[in-house]
Amino acid sequence: MAELDTSGGGKHKGGKVRSKKQSTRVDLTAMVDLAFLLITFFIMTTTLAKPKAMDLAMPDKDEKTKDQMDIAASRSMTILLGSDDKLEWYIGEPGKSAPTIDNFGPTGLRKTLIEKSKEVQQKTGKYMFVVIKPSDKSKYKNMVSTLDEINIANIQSYGIVDISAPEIELLKKDGLYNDNK
Amino acid sequence: MTAMCDVAFLLLTFFIMTAKVKTEDPVPIDIPKSSIQQPVPESDFATVSVGDQKAFFGVEGVDIRKETLNQMGSIYHMTFTPEEQTRFSSINSFGVPMNQLKQFIALSADQQKKYAQPGIPRDSVSAELTNWIRQARIATKALHNKELRLAIKGDSKEEYPVIKDVIGILQKQKVNKFSLITDLGSAGGAPKK
Repeated sequence: MAELDTSGGGKHKGGKVRSKKQSTRVDLTAMVDLAFLLITFFIMTTTLAKPKAMDLAMPDKDEKTKDQMDIAASRSMTILLGSDDKLEWYIGEPGKSAPTIDNFGPTGLRKTLIEKSKEVQQKTGKYMFVVIKPSDKSKYKNMVSTLDEINIANIQSYGIVDISAPEIELLKKDGLYNDNK
Repeated sequence: MTAMCDVAFLLLTFFIMTAKVKTEDPVPIDIPKSSIQQPVPESDFATVSVGDQKAFFGVEGVDIRKETLNQMGSIYHMTFTPEEQTRFSSINSFGVPMNQLKQFIALSADQQKKYAQPGIPRDSVSAELTNWIRQARIATKALHNKELRLAIKGDSKEEYPVIKDVIGILQKQKVNKFSLITDLGSAGGAPKK
């Protein structure tokens, strides 16, 4: 590696005296060492998987609620987030139809959302409105997954609303209001 | 040798280009997964981290941090020396009440990591988190003439009431649009239980 090639100019019989050919090789060891050191440093300090930002628009919490829209009960779906990574959902007003217990994930909430939004679209000709009500026992993760499923199901209108007492009762009845371990 | 050298420098260039220094959170935060692809903005951006029932605050940009600190100082009748301001502007995210802030700034980066931060008080009496957010928004508007974008970085195991608290603080200032920091999950996003 660090050799200097000196074979350039030998003795030539009867020839002209040539200047010695200098080798063009440079010792790279130190440079490569440094390069790898820097690579190691940057690999250690970088975050390749950058975090993503999920945009969330909350309804205006203004006291003067003059332009509130009423949504027909037939096309509003309420999702109650309970404990133990479970949720309950129902269509329409609380108490009128029995809530269904569901789980998060592709086979649970996602399927329900896609099916129900199609059903509502067919029945009423309008889009479905989803109301998310996280209870105090639910985890932040559950809320994010719910919002994510709503994005996947391509539902445009949804809102996060505080849970009310009768709905907590519903969750309690189904055993989804337990303290987190 | 030449080939290896080429490869090494190619990799080096790549990593330098994509590098963004890892930001350490004061408490370990496990970001929930989702299928969202939208990247987090690099500037004019503030994060409220929530973990262990505590709230932490951090804003991007050295100039904004300094300005925010000065404004906070004038509200709580504290003055910060230029050295303290410089030190503060290198802190990514912090969670100490105002009366511990000077002491916290004086610590070295290593000690700051070990310091048990109690979180920024969220109650409405001292309204410290509210003020931090508001002053950061004012500073961004004044210095960059842009709206500050806010994000909540919550731990997946965090219970909802704490998040509700933070959302409530944001909504009181009429910040109705904000972001939730998530991680790109595998297979369509939804985390399996």
